[in-house]
Amino acid sequence: MINPFTHKYMNGREALGFAILAAIIFVLFPLVLEPFRLNLFGKYLTYAFVAVGLVLCWGVGGILSLGQGVFFGLGGYCMAMFLKLEASSPENTAIQSTPGIPDFMDWNQLTALPWWWEPFNSFAFTIFAVVAVPVVFAFVIGVAMFRRRVGGVYFAIITQAIAAILTILIIGQQGFTGGVNGITDLRTLHGWDIRTDEAKTTLYFVNGVLLFAVLFAAQFVRKSKLGRLLIAMRDQEDRVRFSGYDVANFKIFVFCLGAAFAAIGGAMFTLQVGFMSPSFVGIVPSIEMVIFAAVGGRLSILGAVYGTLLVNWAKTTFSESFPELWLLGLGALFIAVVMAFPNGLAGVWAEQVAPRLRKLWPGNAAAPENTPAE
Amino acid sequence: MSENEKPKNYAGMSRRAVLAGGAALSASLFTPKFLRAQDFPTAEINTTGLAVTDDTVTIGILHSVTGTMAISETGSVQAEKLAIEQINAQGGILGRKIEYIQEDGASDWPTFAEKAKKLLVNDKVASVMGCWTSASRKAVLPVFEQYNGFLYYPTFYEGLEESPNVIYTGQEATQQIIAGLDWVNQTKGAKSFYLLGSDYIWPRTSNKIARKHIENFMDGCKVVGEEYYPLGHTQFNSVINKIRLKKPDVIYAIVVGGSNVAFYKQLKAAGIDMTKESPILLTISVTEDEIRGIGGENIEGAYACMKYFQSLDNPNNEAFVSAFKEMWGDDMVIGDVTQAAYLGPWLWKAAVEKAGSFDVDKVRAASPEIELTSAPEGYVKVHENHHLWSKTRVGRAQADGQYEVVYETADLVEPDPFPEGYQ
Repeated sequence: MINPFTHKYMNGREALGFAILAAIIFVLFPLVLEPFRLNLFGKYLTYAFVAVGLVLCWGVGGILSLGQGVFFGLGGYCMAMFLKLEASSPENTAIQSTPGIPDFMDWNQLTALPWWWEPFNSFAFTIFAVVAVPVVFAFVIGVAMFRRRVGGVYFAIITQAIAAILTILIIGQQGFTGGVNGITDLRTLHGWDIRTDEAKTTLYFVNGVLLFAVLFAAQFVRKSKLGRLLIAMRDQEDRVRFSGYDVANFKIFVFCLGAAFAAIGGAMFTLQVGFMSPSFVGIVPSIEMVIFAAVGGRLSILGAVYGTLLVNWAKTTFSESFPELWLLGLGALFIAVVMAFPNGLAGVWAEQVAPRLRKLWPGNAAAPENTPAE
Repeated sequence: MSENEKPKNYAGMSRRAVLAGGAALSASLFTPKFLRAQDFPTAEINTTGLAVTDDTVTIGILHSVTGTMAISETGSVQAEKLAIEQINAQGGILGRKIEYIQEDGASDWPTFAEKAKKLLVNDKVASVMGCWTSASRKAVLPVFEQYNGFLYYPTFYEGLEESPNVIYTGQEATQQIIAGLDWVNQTKGAKSFYLLGSDYIWPRTSNKIARKHIENFMDGCKVVGEEYYPLGHTQFNSVINKIRLKKPDVIYAIVVGGSNVAFYKQLKAAGIDMTKESPILLTISVTEDEIRGIGGENIEGAYACMKYFQSLDNPNNEAFVSAFKEMWGDDMVIGDVTQAAYLGPWLWKAAVEKAGSFDVDKVRAASPEIELTSAPEGYVKVHENHHLWSKTRVGRAQADGQYEVVYETADLVEPDPFPEGYQ
């Protein structure tokens, strides 16, 4: 082995990939982007949490969920509830009929805070709930589906239905949830104004650190025995079952993990954008998030981050330049990627760019192909 | 302004002259002489670093031109561009031509927030004409308040809001609802009402105000049903059956967007002939724009309560309609919100010229009491609560997709975004 840096969970090339992404996120972006654009990229990176979760569920585990927006939304809503309560102090809401409750509740004739809002006065509980609520929800779905051996396209359709149901529920209960407007006008976190440029920059770095924590966790899962089992399940589920493994438990675990990733992204989204609305919970955003993963390459966790950045950057840039035509451009990008590069950006890298780079770099040419299991 | 300064008569003026002249009126209120840019040094009229040069001032247009709301918001974009072109043809504002940066909100509320921030922070626009749905306004509101932007919001909406950074050029709920209910009660003898709407804040708040008014302020009147359907819902047969069972005098419908098409077609298919007025259909959500989708023959005979109809018979409106059609094509129709959007640039121009500055704080301070005599809907005035005094009108839908105006309030109705007794 020429490369001295190898490890059970990460070989040299993968470590280099992580380092390059870290350099881009922590050094390049903050240096070249003005605060407004940096905040935008911070927003894009919150979607990357979901995409990384999808790589594990879909690319590695073969479980296509078209309802990841549900978990992104639940995480985001938990955070939004805490921030909204802080923004709704009796002094701030003195003009309402009932001061001290969120404004949308007042508009809907609620006179007291619903009991299930009360715990969100506590930041510690909120942090716990951001992850726990979506994970418990994913666990319930997972147990209900995977124990009955519902999988494949049926599972995808059911997750889509859940996304639709939750959206309708949130919109319908507007006195409790803010309805279609969502929970807006979030201001401070423990008295720290999250709307200033400095706060947004700080949150961008917090977001970046959390994203790397999630990426390392994903890498660990993929390289562990669990990851190899997931791949085996994806390709030959029956054989794994006949070998004595309980397939459903693995599926439930990876589905819950994907949900937890998405929820952290959702909470960071709320902090950086300053509101949460049902437009992130529904079917369309959920499918969009699958597209991010597909463009990046559904087999590659780093590819998912690049895919998310590319699609969202393209979305913003196209729509700023061609307000009336940009959707066509974006559609063309998706079609082009899927037609030409079915493995997404990561596939382009692995099949086109990396071999040529290796030729240019003879020292590495002798290195054995250390391709991961996929 | 005094009585004798008011526009007298357009008779004898050519349509072209009306076009240019009618629009010029608002400017003449505060600026009797032609304004030259050099009389207003940029450093003095722009102390906060907005996008103002010696010859131009940049504003933002922020509407959805893609997605489900595009069909509704396109009219507003067109009206705003028309107003900007007309203002520029007269020499602009403080001698500066208006340039605009258009952004697409894509019918997606977070995108609205992102684009609003881009316009204010990156482009430093002096004001923004934009938003349509309440949700998009709620999403951009914190951005406008944080960066002290100035938004002209054109849509009739639920009220309960009074931001120092927004001028609301549409009606708030009480302006649209109360006069219409009184009218249908007094002239048609209607006593029982069935309330119906799409499920979000505007229909719910509007129906809440309607219910309070019916139950507390209209003798012997009652609400016999109230129901909501998700946005985009297309199956109204069950509610139509309930309506036939309860036999209300009035169906009060606040169905929005694409659902309207299904709703009115199914009403007609169920044998409810709105031209026979039993029951009467009264809506606050169908403008001429929506009728294009519904089809005039499907809604003929229904009543709508708005502040503006394309068929309004006054010289201002005649000039506006022909200018709009000349710019955007003869087959265009103009709805209530389109007209309200047209007012935005004019109200801003009047406020800037009254303030003698583009600074948002000064424009805000100058905005109350601004009046427009050239508005297509007639005379309007900005209230100190940032909404407009305007008339309420009832129109009856015709098979050709236009409304025939059957009633208008004698006086301007005061905007009351936080109505006492209706909460």
